[in-house]
Amino acid sequence: MTCPVTIRIQEDDFDIAREIEVLTKSRTDIGAVVSFSGICRADDDSAKISALTLEHYPGMAEEEIRRHVDEATSRWPLNGVTVIHRVGRFMPGQNIVLVLTASQHRQAAFQAAEFLMDYLKTSAPFWKKEESATGTGWVEAHARDDEAAARWTKS
Amino acid sequence: MKVKYFAWVRERIGKAEETIEPPATVRTVEELIAWLSSQSEAYAYAFEKPKVIRTAIDHAHVKSDTAIAGAREIAFFPPMTGG
Repeated sequence: MTCPVTIRIQEDDFDIAREIEVLTKSRTDIGAVVSFSGICRADDDSAKISALTLEHYPGMAEEEIRRHVDEATSRWPLNGVTVIHRVGRFMPGQNIVLVLTASQHRQAAFQAAEFLMDYLKTSAPFWKKEESATGTGWVEAHARDDEAAARWTKS
Repeated sequence: MKVKYFAWVRERIGKAEETIEPPATVRTVEELIAWLSSQSEAYAYAFEKPKVIRTAIDHAHVKSDTAIAGAREIAFFPPMTGG
């Protein structure tokens, strides 16, 4: 089974429709594509966020995403994976991350996309800094994200 | 060895990377954090809660009891918040 993998870390925005087209072009074996996009939102638990800055560890970020994509392709019958993570400064409403998973049937695509997002949040070296009316501060990691990632651990 | 710092660890230490030569008695990640913390107040502040700090050796996550021998690049950073 052919499973092309695209992993990109970039400042530029992405076009979801175009990325799906790239993934599915000239393919007749794909029956399902799941798309997840993470968007900068203004409302957090406390203050309104005016901007978000994403920092990453160049080199390790790509390698860490690749390790999880490799695990996803070994766990589910996937026909293609695209992960694009943006870095830089974002305003509410702007795209931050895109995960596309393609497979013959929807279950594998849904599960792999969720698996990849859970691991992107807890183990890919990216950090968010928030700006709000009350100042700027680094976003704290949430225990709920660790719990979400832990449920994929094979027992 | 080369050391890199990210997010608030970088801000507290005041630099993104440096080359360090810890004494041979410093054998693990945990011991390296303790040694760095003894170097200045800035390091002590960055590593004030060592259990919170995440470490990568040569681009892979490692635990605090991992040996640092042979490491080319060690990175210290807070828990990740991407995605």
